[in-house]
Amino acid sequence: MHDVVIRTQELSKHFGAFVAVDKISFDVPAGEIFGFLGANGAGKTTAMRMLSGLSRPTSGAATVAGFDVFTQPEEIKRTIGYMSQKFSLYEDLTVRENITFFGGIYGLSDSAIKEKSDLLIEQLGLQGEVKKLVGSLPLGWKQKLAFSVAMIHDPKIVFLDEPTGGVDPLTRRQFWELIYAAADRGVTIFVTTHYMDEAEYCHRVSIMVDGAIKALDTPRDLKQTYQAPTMDAVFYHLARGAQRSAD
Amino acid sequence: MKSTSNPTSNAVVLNGIGKTYENGAVVAVHDVSFDVRPGELFGLIGPDGAGKTSLFRILTTLLLPDAGTATVAGYDVVKDFRAIRGIVGYMPGKFSLYQDLSVEENVNFFATLFGTSVDENYDLIRDIYVQLEPFKHRRAGKLSGGMKQKLALCCALIHKPHVLFLDEPTTGVDPVSRKEFWEMLQRLKEQGIAILISTPYMDEAMMCERIALIQGGSIMSIDTPENIMQAFPATLYAVRATDAYHLRMDLLAEAFTESCHAFGDEVHLTLHTEGIAKAAGMEDVVAAMRARGHADVEIREIAPSIEDCFIRLMGQHHA
Repeated sequence: MHDVVIRTQELSKHFGAFVAVDKISFDVPAGEIFGFLGANGAGKTTAMRMLSGLSRPTSGAATVAGFDVFTQPEEIKRTIGYMSQKFSLYEDLTVRENITFFGGIYGLSDSAIKEKSDLLIEQLGLQGEVKKLVGSLPLGWKQKLAFSVAMIHDPKIVFLDEPTGGVDPLTRRQFWELIYAAADRGVTIFVTTHYMDEAEYCHRVSIMVDGAIKALDTPRDLKQTYQAPTMDAVFYHLARGAQRSAD
Repeated sequence: MKSTSNPTSNAVVLNGIGKTYENGAVVAVHDVSFDVRPGELFGLIGPDGAGKTSLFRILTTLLLPDAGTATVAGYDVVKDFRAIRGIVGYMPGKFSLYQDLSVEENVNFFATLFGTSVDENYDLIRDIYVQLEPFKHRRAGKLSGGMKQKLALCCALIHKPHVLFLDEPTTGVDPVSRKEFWEMLQRLKEQGIAILISTPYMDEAMMCERIALIQGGSIMSIDTPENIMQAFPATLYAVRATDAYHLRMDLLAEAFTESCHAFGDEVHLTLHTEGIAKAAGMEDVVAAMRARGHADVEIREIAPSIEDCFIRLMGQHHA
């Protein structure tokens, strides 16, 4: 794990006088599960939008999969996968239509889409549901499907923005099995979550407070540094002093 | 004839409540019975799709049950719906205030709707409202998630309800704001308001006096969190090694493993206690994992959490 696939150096984003992201610097090596934690309004989404080529930084530097966030945002968008709880799939398209649509968006050939769809449907055990509208599926299935669709073009990096909210504890664990399996294949996972036990599943975790990264380490070392029994306690210790609460 | 509420009765009583959608094709809630005592903080713990919202809508008289009966403050949810609407506070899972009214306008609107004023019950909301006061001229739609949640709670409380219904108020909220929200609820409880709250976060179960674990429309268990944890029927172990992912895979492959789930950086394990697959105990597990290449295995016996109990009950329910 030496290849750095995400590198940020004093990356910042200002909205007028408001500093949403304040000089964040970190490296993420290939195949790492990198947990990106912070309170509501800490600046996580803004940082993630910059790293996925959706928002131009104000200052600093960053590369994602070797592409520059200032000059090559389109190349970044094509190279990464992205999934968020809020928007991922079209509810009024069927399972297969969604897969075909996103395969097309990422420029896969018709034969590749067919092959990928069949594989993905089999892996997820959705054979009986291919013609069902995504809106009618249980949330846990939607989440697993959304993750697989975000990976349809074999991205090197996948960004997951609160992917697991609201599901039962077994489904949540099945989702993390998919994440682990992808990381095992060398895919880099950049994930935000409000579940602190999920923070423990990450190889390393950063905690953002008021736009800045206040801590970055393995969960084990973070707990040692802050003399805390759980990641929940570490998070609470760092984030309770936050001044901001805007989303 | 007008029914009257009985102050000594339970705040909420459900008796065999059932609800289906799409002409019976979708079972949302099946044979649910429980009660919430006066002044109790009662938690409905379960994931998306468990039936929590259907129960809230039945109890707040927004949805008719297909089976069973229910009362709120002694009033029947079908016959006495008007009486119930005046004495309950309801915070739905989806933000439902007026986005284009200001904070102050929303609170005044709901106070007026219930025939009261902000001044009359200010004591009840003071703690929460002071945090909103700096933004009182801001439109509700422009508030942050945490602030919206506080405003919604204020509006649900403004008429000093007998029973407060909170449907997933902390979903998607960060751990610090979640803690603050529960602290506010503890203070409300001290004022004697019964609270029925739902959450998908298992750790929040510990903040309730009693909980119902709900999954697939049915209640799996109702008791105090402590009793539910004590009723866990097996010895639970936490196993740890550097490579937690492959540790779990390797434990799953062992015949002695009865159940095995990831919990943070550990794996929670129960063992078969009879038959040929029976393991003698912790030493067997350590030896087996060493043989599979995990040099640094640690194992210890632990007390189960609500999440352990929930996962186990889910398994029994499917079986």
